[in-house]
Amino acid sequence: MALNDKSKNEAVLKTITANRLRDGEVIFLAPGPDLGWVERLDEAALFEDADAAETALAAAKAQAEGERFAVDVYAFDLRVTDGRRVPVKTRERIRALGPTVRIDLGKQAAA
Amino acid sequence: MNHIAPGRNAGVYSYDDIDRRFVAERVEQFRAQVERRLSGELTEDEFKPLRLMNGLYLQLHAYMLRIAVPYGVLTARQLRKLAEIGRKYDKGYGHFTTRQNLQFNWIKLEDTPAILHELAEVDMHALQTSGNCVRNVTTDQFVGAARDEVVDGRVYAEILRQWTTLHPEFTFLPRKFKIAIMGSDADRAAIRVHDVGVFAKRNERGEVGFTFYVGGGLGRSPFIGKLIRDWVPEEDFVAYLEAILRVYNQYGRRDNIYKARIKILVHELGQEKFTQEVEEEFARLRGPKYRLAPEVVDEIRRRFGGPAYETLTDEPESFQAAKAANPDFARWVAVNVLAHKVPGYAAATISLKPAGGIPGDATSEQMELIADLADAHSFGELRVSHAQNLVLAHVRQDELFTLWTALEANGLGTPNAGLIGDIIACPGLDYCALANARSIPLAQAISARFADPARQQTIGELGIKISGCINACGHHHVGAIGILGVDKKGEEFYQITVGGDPTLTTAIGDILGPAVTADETVDAIEAIVEVYLSNRHDGERFIDTLKRVGHGPFKERVYAAH
Ligand code: HEM
Ligand code: SF4
Repeated sequence: MALNDKSKNEAVLKTITANRLRDGEVIFLAPGPDLGWVERLDEAALFEDADAAETALAAAKAQAEGERFAVDVYAFDLRVTDGRRVPVKTRERIRALGPTVRIDLGKQAAA
Repeated sequence: MNHIAPGRNAGVYSYDDIDRRFVAERVEQFRAQVERRLSGELTEDEFKPLRLMNGLYLQLHAYMLRIAVPYGVLTARQLRKLAEIGRKYDKGYGHFTTRQNLQFNWIKLEDTPAILHELAEVDMHALQTSGNCVRNVTTDQFVGAARDEVVDGRVYAEILRQWTTLHPEFTFLPRKFKIAIMGSDADRAAIRVHDVGVFAKRNERGEVGFTFYVGGGLGRSPFIGKLIRDWVPEEDFVAYLEAILRVYNQYGRRDNIYKARIKILVHELGQEKFTQEVEEEFARLRGPKYRLAPEVVDEIRRRFGGPAYETLTDEPESFQAAKAANPDFARWVAVNVLAHKVPGYAAATISLKPAGGIPGDATSEQMELIADLADAHSFGELRVSHAQNLVLAHVRQDELFTLWTALEANGLGTPNAGLIGDIIACPGLDYCALANARSIPLAQAISARFADPARQQTIGELGIKISGCINACGHHHVGAIGILGVDKKGEEFYQITVGGDPTLTTAIGDILGPAVTADETVDAIEAIVEVYLSNRHDGERFIDTLKRVGHGPFKERVYAAH
C-alpha cells in the first residue's frame, strides 16, 4: 500500500479544500485574489505561510456559506515531491484522487 | 394501485395508499428543504439535520445516500430500481451494508429529491437511516424460509417499523437505536450486540412470545446485551418495547455522545435496576392502548402474502445428478445453500465477496441480473444479509443448477458463505469521513490470499470482520478474527482481535498483540489459520480450537518475527 509515503524532507504547504454544496464534488481554492475554486489539486492555491493560509481559509469559509457554494471548508497539509503534489494524510490523498480500490472512479479516473 | 400481487412477490409487505401518501409527502417536504438550502434560506447548520433525516450524509468524495431495506427484504422490482438509480445518479454500483441497507457513494444533493421520488415509486425510502431514532430493524436473512424457524420475525419487524417511523417520542432519542429480531433458535442477526435484541418463540400452547436482550452494542465500548425478560406475550410486544424506550429516553445521557447509548445506561444502572425500571413502566403502560391485537398481527401477516409453493420432495433426482456431475456446483450447494422449511425448496446465498473483490458492492448490471433470477426462481423476492450478501430464499432444488450456472457466469457464484473469504468490511478510509484506515484493500488482499475454494472449505466456518475505525461498522469485535484500522502518526495500522462470536454464544474478541501494517496483517491471518489447522481436533471450528488452546500459540506465531 504505497500511499504511506515517508519522504519527510520537503516543506509542508497548506491547501484549502471543501465539498461543493449542490453536488458534493471535492474542490480546492484556486490561486488569485477572487476566491475561485477548482476541481483538481494540481490547480489549487498553495500557501507556504500559515498566517496567509488562515486568512484565506476565513475568507473562503465566509464566501462558501454566504454564496451557498460549498460546505466543510478546511485547510490541509501537503508536500511537493518530484514536482507532484502529495497530501500528507492518506485521507486527503484519497479525497484528491478517489477511492484506492476503484481507480476507475473519482478524479484519478480522468487523469 | 396495489401493484404487488400477493403470492407472486412472496413475503414482501405491500404498501397501501396511506403508506404511499405518507412517503410521497416526505419526499416533497425534502424537495422544498433542498430548494431552501440551495437558495440560501437555510444555513448548513439548519439543513444538515434535515438531510440526515433523509439518509443523506456528506462523505469523502460526495454525498452518500443510505436507503432503508426494511428487515433486508426486497422485491425484484425494487432491486431493479436500485440498479437504475445506481446507473442514472451514481457510478453504476451500490454497496450493501451490515445493517441490511444499501448505500450509494456518489450522490448529488440536487438529485436527491428526484432519487427519493423514484424510490417512493417502488415503496422505498431513506427515512430513519440516520439520526437519533429507531433505525432499520434488522433480522435473519432467511426469515420466513429457514427450516429451524419457529416464528416469522418479519411480521413483528414490520409492526415495529410502522410503530416507530416518525414516532414523535422516539425521533429525538439520546442516540441512534438499533433493534434486531430472530425467530429461530439460531442467531443469524447478531442479536446480542444490538440496543435491543429480540428472540420470537412459541410456548407449549403454540402462542408467540418474545425474549428481550437489552444494552448490547459495538463501537468504542462494546457490550453484550443482557437478558431482561424471557417471555413477553405477543399482545405486550409493543408495550414492552415502548417501556424500554421510555426508560432510555428518560435516563439516557444526552450530555456526552460517548455515553448516550442504552448499553451505557444498562451498564451504569445495572441489569437488575434497569429491568425493574422497565417493568414498572411496562406495568403503567400495559392496557388497551398498547395491546397488540391478534387481528392486527394477522392483517400484517396477510399483507406479506405467501409464496405459492408447490408440493415437492427433497433431493429430487435431477438435483442429485447435477451435484454428482459437477463438483463446483456441489461445493456451492454445500457452502451457500440452506435447508428450507418447505420440502423441495432451498435458500441460496449469493456471495458479494468474490476473491479480491469489494465486500458488499454490486454493479447495476449484477443487481438487474439478480432481480431477473429472483423473478425466475424465488417468487420475485430477495434479501440482504447482515454479512453483506444477497439471498434468494425460496428456490426449487431442481432449479438450483440453472441458478448457479447463471450466477457463476457473472462472477456471483463464489462458494464462500460463512467461510474465510466471506469477509465483512466497512467502507473505511476509501469512502468514510470518520475512518482511520482503509478496510476494503485488506479484505481484498485476504480474500485473494485465501482464494482457493477447497482450502476455504477445509478451513471451515471462520468470520473475518474489518472496521476502519472504532465505530465498528464492520463488526470487528465479534469477528472470529477481527481487524480494526488505527492511525499511528498518520500511518495506517491494524489491530487484530480473536475469539469474537456474533451468534447465540456471543463474545467480544480479545486483542492479540500490537497493531501491525496492512501487509503484515495478511501474513498474520495466514499464520493464525496455520496454527489453527495444526492444532484442531476433528470437527472443531476455529473458535473452538482457540478456546481450547488459548491465545498463546497464535500470538507466538504472529509476532515471531518481531
Ligand atoms: C460511511 C459512512 C458511515 C458513517 C459516517 C458511520 C458512522 C457510524 C458511527 C458514528 C457509529 C458509531 C455509533 C455508536 O455506536 O455510537 C457507527 C456504528 C455502526 N455502523 Fe456505521 N457509519 C457508516 C457506514 C456504515 C456502513 C457502511 C455500515 C455497514 C456496513 C455501518 C454499520 C454500522 C454498525 C453495524 C455500527 C455498529 C454500532 C453498534 O452496534 O452499536 N455503518 N457508524
Ligand atoms: S467503522 Fe469507522 S471507518 Fe468504518 S464505516 Fe464505520 S465510521 Fe466509517
